[in-house]
Formats: sequence, structure tokens, C-alpha cells
Amino acid sequence: MIVARDLGRDFGSKRVLRGLDFDVARGGFLVVTGPNGSGKSTLLSLCAGLLVPTRGELLVEAERGEIGYVAHESLVYRELTALENLDLYGRLYRVPERRERIGMLLERFGLWEARRQRVGSFSRGMAQRLALCRALLHEPELLLLDEPYSGLDRDASELVDGVLTEAAGNKTVVVATHDPQRVRSFATEALALA
Amino acid sequence: MTAAAFLLLGTALAFYWVPNAPIEGFRQRIFYFHVPIALTAYACFGWGAWKALRLLWTRDRRYDLESYTAVHMGVIFGILTLLTGSIWARTSWGHWWVWGSRQLVLFLVLFLFYAAYFMLRFSVDPGPRRANLSAVYALFGIALIPVSFLAIRLSEDLVHPVVFTHDVQSNLTATQFTTFGICLVGMLALAGSLYVNELTGKRVDARLRELREALQ
Amino acid sequence: MTYLADVVALARKDLLLELRSRDTLPAMLLFVVSTLVVFHFALPSDAGDTAATGLLWVALLFTALLGLVRAFVAEREERVLDGLVLAPCDRSAIWLGKGIGVFAFLLAAELVAVPAYALFFQPVGWELVAAVLLADVGLAAVGTLLAAMASAGRARELLLPLLFLPLVIPIVVGGVGASVTDDPGRYLAFLGLYDAVFAILSWASFEYVVTE
Repeated sequence: MIVARDLGRDFGSKRVLRGLDFDVARGGFLVVTGPNGSGKSTLLSLCAGLLVPTRGELLVEAERGEIGYVAHESLVYRELTALENLDLYGRLYRVPERRERIGMLLERFGLWEARRQRVGSFSRGMAQRLALCRALLHEPELLLLDEPYSGLDRDASELVDGVLTEAAGNKTVVVATHDPQRVRSFATEALALA
Repeated sequence: MTAAAFLLLGTALAFYWVPNAPIEGFRQRIFYFHVPIALTAYACFGWGAWKALRLLWTRDRRYDLESYTAVHMGVIFGILTLLTGSIWARTSWGHWWVWGSRQLVLFLVLFLFYAAYFMLRFSVDPGPRRANLSAVYALFGIALIPVSFLAIRLSEDLVHPVVFTHDVQSNLTATQFTTFGICLVGMLALAGSLYVNELTGKRVDARLRELREALQ
Repeated sequence: MTYLADVVALARKDLLLELRSRDTLPAMLLFVVSTLVVFHFALPSDAGDTAATGLLWVALLFTALLGLVRAFVAEREERVLDGLVLAPCDRSAIWLGKGIGVFAFLLAAELVAVPAYALFFQPVGWELVAAVLLADVGLAAVGTLLAAMASAGRARELLLPLLFLPLVIPIVVGGVGASVTDDPGRYLAFLGLYDAVFAILSWASFEYVVTE
């Protein structure tokens, strides 16, 4: 589902990625590791289509509506409520039975009580959980998770485990992480960035 | 270089061969430079916009450098237009700047617009995003040229009732026309050669950088 | 049509954001009124009525600028813009939704500015109102696109005015012309032309401003 050939990405004169070759089959689970600044986030942005390669090729067989992307930032409006954010994304992603699906996700991630609160008032853990709701809202075929465990407490981390367990084998997953041990059991491929 | 040849010929003709214009006299000769320079500037902006369109159409980043270089040439010729226009205004009407000259005002607006193009490029890191933004902006520039011209014409009723035109709209004699034509070709050739020059230079720089990296 | 639904969803979001950000709108209204008062002191007594009209248009322009500088701030925080760009909707819908928000914002500012102007300086005719409405379309169209452009770079508060001002000179001509001359129709038609050309151009090119 994802094919990279000599993939490279520059930012101005700074080379962040160079000469990457990897394949991720449909239903595969790729774990990307590497120190800070090695380009994990850049790689995920490339897979999402937010960035284009400056060198080489990257083929991602997923349409925009089939990709679920979780980054360091939450990608939700701080001045809107959790409900309003998910409703907006629900509409843009043409999610069927939007209301039910939003309710179900908010419950699952423990945000139902906070649904009418401004996201700006959320803790980091809550915002991250909302980001997961956002990414899963449209039942994407391809999940791109950039350090999904960072900043989460144990309960929230277990929620992420749950997401990954469900996704492994059914969806294609790419996870960038500092803590490869946690996701080792799911991984079908691994990529270590310098 | 043919450009140099044409330009030299044109300059010589402009100064020696063409008889003095009936009303303006010797000073009118700057027309042979000012108008070709202005037309060349337009041509550069147009070329830049064309390359910009190609960039957006094909997403081939090669066009970014071409579009940028063309706009750069356009700005250089634009500044020259403003300078020669100012000289002409000074010699014709005694002022270094006249709001009543449509061409001059149009070039001022365009100069501001394309100067902002460079600010835009300075402000964004090099890469695909900057290429896209520059291309869109270059296209806006081309749309702005006729719209601005119309606006300036309309504004004459508001701001300056007196419109300064040079006595060249009326029929040009054969000698005048030939001189003008030669100067125009010369200017375009100059712009063209400068363009190719700068483009090649920048491409070589980029290639050098790549090679240096590959060695690391 | 899903495109329309997308635009509605996005426009609603933008209007909601503006209503919630309790700082921007009152600040704009105060700015506009203060500017008009400054103009009173800046105009010599023998300056005609037309000079005051010109200054009104300058005030509107700079008020628009002030509002536009903040247009994409919410989308830059938390990289929301990336979230919107990733969605399967047409990117031009983002422009249209945000543009509607900006237009509404300009209208709100003018609902205060124009009566204030009529109060401080001179009565206002239908031509001025029509010109303001037409100008708002152009300002919103071009401003939204340029705001998105500027927000991709550094020093965006400085960059936006530089990009914005040359492009909107024709709007000033059209607006002032419609307000003071005997033949407003020509200027209003010109404003319409400007709006058509630049709205279409902005609509078509927004995609390239927010993607790579």
C-alpha cells in the first residue's frame, strides 16, 4: 500500500530524509524509530500527503478520505468544543451516521463529559485523545500515528494500545515512536531512521 | 552576442539617424529606450506567469527557477522603466515624477507588487510550498496588469485631470518606426540573454550543491 | 451537493470562531472609529468633502488588513489547516468558507464605520454603500488567499500588508470613484469586474496555496 523508492525530503538546505526504500503491504504495520530530528514526523507527513518528496518517489494507495493522521499537534480548533470539532470533521469526511459515531468515539475515549468544553481548556492527554477520535472518525484504511503515546498517562496509553490492537491486520498502520517495545508485537515491518 | 549588436545599432540609430521629433526635440529620443524597456518588462512578467502556470499544471519544480528568474528580469526592467520614464518626465515637463503618466503609475504599482513577490520568497523556506506560492502570486500579477491599467485610467477623473501623454501616439515615420523596432528587439534580446545567463548560473549553483552533498 | 455542504460547514465554523473570539471584533470597531476621529484632525479645514471620502476608504482598507492578519491564526495553531487539507473536500471550499467569514467580519466593521462617518463628516449616499459591498467581496476574496499565503511564511504580519496593498489599489479607485463622481455606475461596474476576475482566480488557485 505504501511504496518508497529513494525517498528524500529537504527543507531548504537541510536534508531531513535521504534514500529511503521501504514497502508496506496492505494490512501491514510499520514501526518507524529514530532519535529526535531524524525525520519521523516528516516521513509521516509525506505519507499523509501533506508534504511531497523532493527526491525519489512515494506511492500511497489511499485516498484522502481513507487516511487517519495523528500528529504531535491535535489538528483541532482550540476555540471550538470537542463536539463542534468532530462535527466539522464528520461533515468534511462525509461520515455516515455522524452523530452516533461521534458519540461512540467520545465515550470510548472518555471525552463524553467534556464534549461541550473548549478544546483550549483540555489537558494534553485529553487533546491527544480527541485527536484520536478525529483520526478514527471516518474509519480510515491507513493510520498514520506520530508518537501516539507521548504525553499520555497510563489509561490513555491503554486506549492507544486498544486502537492498535484493533487496527493491526485490518488496516495499514504506520507508527513513529520512541518506544518500539510497546508496539513490537504488532509490527510487520520496521524502519530505523538515522 | 546578438543582443549587444542590436542594442548598439539601436542606440546609434536613436541618437544619430532619426531626425528630431517635431515637438519634443532631442529629448524625445529617450522614447526609443523607455518604451522598449517597458514592453520588455511586460514580456518578462508574462513569461514568468507562463512558467508559473506550467509549474502549477505539471507540478514540475524546474519551472520555479524559470518563473523566478523571469520575474527578476521583469523587475530589473521595471526599475529601468521607472528611471527612464522619470528622466523623460523631467525633460518634458520639468518634474521627476508625474502622476498623470499612466504608464509610469502602472509601473509603480507593478513594481510594488513584484517587490512584494521577493519579500514573499524571502519569507518562506525554499521548497515546494514556496514554489507554489510564488507561482500563484505571479499569476495574480498578470491579472493585475490590465485591471490596474483600467483603474488608473478611471482614477484620472478623480485625482489628476491633466493627462500627460507623449507625442508618439500619432503616426511614427518610417525611420522612427525602424529605430523603435530595432531597439525593441535589442531590449528583448538583452532580457532574453540575461535571463538565460541567470538561469544557467542558478542551475549550475544548484547542481554544484547537489554534487557536494553527494560527496559527503 | 457536497461542495456546498462543505462550504456551509466551513463558513459556519468560521463565523462561530469569530463570534467566540471576543477580542477581534470590538477591537476592529474601536479601531475604525478611532481612525475616523484621527482623520478629522488630519484634514485641514479647506479640504473638500471628497478628501474625507478618500480617507474613509483608507480606513476601510486598513481595518480589513487588521482583520485579515488574524484570519488564519486559528488554523496555524495546532496545525488545524493540515487537518482541513487532509479532508477529502475541495480545498477551494476552505477559501470560500473563510472568505464568507471575512466578508461578514468586514460588514460588521462597516455597519459601525459608515454611520460613524456619516455622523462625523457628511451624509452617505447609496453609491457609497453599494461600493462598500462590492469592495468587500474583492477584499475578502483576495485577502483570504493572501492571508493564507502570508501565514505560510515568517514575519506574516509584515508580509500580508505588502502583498495586499498593491493588489487592492483598484478597489480604492473603484470605491472612491463610485462615492464621489457623477457617474458611479462606471466605477461600480469596475468593482464588479475586479471582483469577478480576482474571486475566480483566488478560488481556482487556493488549492496551490495550501498544498505542496
